[in-house]
Amino acid sequence: MIQIDSVTKRYPDGTVAVDELSLEIPDGSITVLVGPSGCGKTTTLRMINRMVELTGGRILLDGADIHAQPVNALRRSMGYVIQNAGLFQHRTIVDNIATVPRMLGWDRDRARKRARDLMDRVGLDASLAKRYPYQLSGGQQQRVGVARALAADPPVLLMDEPFSAVDPIVRKVLQAELLRIQAELGKTIVFVTHDIDEAIKLGDMVAVLRTGGKLAQYAPPDELLSAPADAFVEDFLGTDRGIRRLSFFTSAGLELTTAPIIAVDSSAAQVAERTKASGAPYLLLTDTDGKPLGWTGPAAAAKGGAALSVAELLPHGRPFVFGKESLRDALDCAVLSPTGWAVAVDDGGRVVGVTSQTTIAEAIRGAHAERGAAGSPSASAKAAAAEAAAVDPAIAESKAAESKAV
Amino acid sequence: MNVLNFINDFFSDSANWHGTTGIPHRLLEHVEYSLLALLISAVIGLPIGLFAGHAGRGGYALAAFSTAARALPSFGLLVLMTVWLGEIGTTPAMIPLVALAVAPILVTSYEAIRSVDPAPVDAARGMGMSSAAVLFQVEIPAALPLILSGLRSAAIQVVSTATIAAYIGLGGLGRYIIDGLAQHTYGKVVGGATLVAGLAIVTIGVFYLVERLAVSPGVRRGR
Amino acid sequence: MNAYFDMPSDLQHSYLGLIGLHLREALLPVLFGLVVALPVAQLCVRFKWLYSPVLWVTTVLYAIPSLAFFVVLIDYTGATETTVMIPLTVYSLVLLVPAIVDGVRSVSPDTMAAATAMGFGPVQRYLKVQLPIAVPAIFAGLRLAAVSSISLVSVGTLIGNQGALGNLLADGQFYHRTPLIVTSVVTTALLAILVDGLLVLIQTLLTPWAPRGGKSAGKGAGKSGRPSLLRRRTTSAAREPEPAAARAALEDAVR
Repeated sequence: MIQIDSVTKRYPDGTVAVDELSLEIPDGSITVLVGPSGCGKTTTLRMINRMVELTGGRILLDGADIHAQPVNALRRSMGYVIQNAGLFQHRTIVDNIATVPRMLGWDRDRARKRARDLMDRVGLDASLAKRYPYQLSGGQQQRVGVARALAADPPVLLMDEPFSAVDPIVRKVLQAELLRIQAELGKTIVFVTHDIDEAIKLGDMVAVLRTGGKLAQYAPPDELLSAPADAFVEDFLGTDRGIRRLSFFTSAGLELTTAPIIAVDSSAAQVAERTKASGAPYLLLTDTDGKPLGWTGPAAAAKGGAALSVAELLPHGRPFVFGKESLRDALDCAVLSPTGWAVAVDDGGRVVGVTSQTTIAEAIRGAHAERGAAGSPSASAKAAAAEAAAVDPAIAESKAAESKAV
Repeated sequence: MNVLNFINDFFSDSANWHGTTGIPHRLLEHVEYSLLALLISAVIGLPIGLFAGHAGRGGYALAAFSTAARALPSFGLLVLMTVWLGEIGTTPAMIPLVALAVAPILVTSYEAIRSVDPAPVDAARGMGMSSAAVLFQVEIPAALPLILSGLRSAAIQVVSTATIAAYIGLGGLGRYIIDGLAQHTYGKVVGGATLVAGLAIVTIGVFYLVERLAVSPGVRRGR
Repeated sequence: MNAYFDMPSDLQHSYLGLIGLHLREALLPVLFGLVVALPVAQLCVRFKWLYSPVLWVTTVLYAIPSLAFFVVLIDYTGATETTVMIPLTVYSLVLLVPAIVDGVRSVSPDTMAAATAMGFGPVQRYLKVQLPIAVPAIFAGLRLAAVSSISLVSVGTLIGNQGALGNLLADGQFYHRTPLIVTSVVTTALLAILVDGLLVLIQTLLTPWAPRGGKSAGKGAGKSGRPSLLRRRTTSAAREPEPAAARAALEDAVR
């Protein structure tokens, strides 16, 4: 555990970068420091490995003051990843990664073997080992940066805006990779970013800092979204935090119906029977394997099975993986679906059921009642509920038809 | 009269190829003076420039010093040193040559270290490299092409200016120029000048080779 | 004091006269060199293949010892000031061409595109955008050329007293008046430093947009805003202040 205990950084010119900051960073999890520029988040990170020396307070690493050991020994016990990777351009990829093990006195072969293992771990092809940094893309360079930081298997990883300089698509991939690696390794990661979405996506705990180096709120991301401590945090989180919070609610409890689902090889009689039974104006057509093909319109359904041609189908949109993806994904699918219904599939992409926007809205209310009450019953929880309710008018038109189906 | 004829006559005269006044001997002397001057300049200039660059201090002092060193007239300094020190060996000739060469070495090596990308340096410090390791394992390898360019430009100036050593009775290719002037045999002057220019080209070639060997492909191709 | 400043009569000049002569012999070649270097450099920028051979020729020319150059020219121009000034012009040219080419080339393609988009023709673009942005690089070359020229004039004493202050060196030895030699060396060095300082001042006046040393921007890096001693090669250091410079130059040009 890293304890940051009323730490202050005051520069000789009187500027205060970090002001009486206290944080407890738990082991084996990702703690994100987030805030606008000038909030002291990078300074805080750099004080942990003493790249910046604090001027007040203390930092304890597993109970021992970080000043208790020589500065370079401290730094070698922590991985350090920076924005532009900071690779050594004169060394090959494998030698870049082997840097710290070599410093710790490993022989060359062992260090290189370790480096190759790590390349595999961070998703770098082995053929890149002998390349030089300039031959790699920005995303690949950043993977090397992460591998280099992990090389000596340090318990702590300090990451200073590691994904800020890559394009959004690569950033998303790298974020997912980091979560995957973290699931395998369980490091204590301190992660600095100015991007609140990145903080919410990656952080087990998120510390929001405000300009002047003061802590605004320190909470798990779900709580941050549901109960921002003050107007600053609320403003920093942005307008759609209610929707974003839905990412933390599982779709597992969502009520599904299989009534309007019908396979493509069904007979006309079956179609007519199913149309009548479901009471829905649309039927979801699946292939023989159970994978969704599309929605039949009311006209097509009226014509019966003979007219079930795939070309006439309405697109079913992106389905969500039931139980794996969140209520946010389910809601998104429903909103984007031309019928207003979301399609739930299993891991294999086979339809397990469909659900309406109304059902999802009810599930959201239910989840909020359960989770929001546990948090603080503040205005923000109410706001989230209001936001969920606000979904309703959008679906009012098809409500009559849906309510029958549900 | 034709410069090319002079060159041809000079190099085809077999008398110019033998003994202590022959081309090989003079060339060797010239190389010796140049190497010695370059070595002394590098021993002075490199450590100061590199460490100042690493520490990020003393830039203005170095600029002032190198401006002063450059301002010293080589030939005047040579005469002054000869008068003050007497014609004792190569010392009076070395002083102006070193004064000439130390400025580019000092300034370029300082600037080379300063212009290294700060990101890898930050990463190196963050992973616990000592200050010396950062300089030798990160900064110098990345700055090497620029450091070598400073040494090369110093070397070319030294090779060209080492001719003045002949003015105080020393050897080297300057002998042909000084003697040719005294004897009004311009063939010698042109021949000597050609040899000096040729030596400068060889110097460039040597530095090219050193760069190929010493600079990492990651740095060379990465620019 | 007289030992230092009593000029031997054979020099036919007072101390101040020698200084004037020295400056003329040293600086006129730099001026000529600049006048020739500008079009040569522009050609090298325009036709990229030209630069490499030009660099080779200039490097070889630069390596020819000044004395040899003087001696060869005596046959053509006699033991005159011209004989001293021609090689110095060549040396200046050699230092200035790469300086100008690197300077002009360091103007970013973005800046050039912006200038074109604003409706600049090629000539306007060169005069109002490229050249102003290249001023620091050109002045770095000018300073080197001026200082080395001032130093080299002294060698002219060996070809019949054409070395201005350098003539004191020969006289000092001939009459065994060491103080004259000291006067020569010290005065030449001071002239070089003075002219160098003057060029720095002119450059500062010409480039009000250039960042002054010391002020650093950006967090914690500490490596920016340094005094740049070298501007000749296109190092990242030389490029760094460029965007601001480019913007300012463009704004000036638009006005």
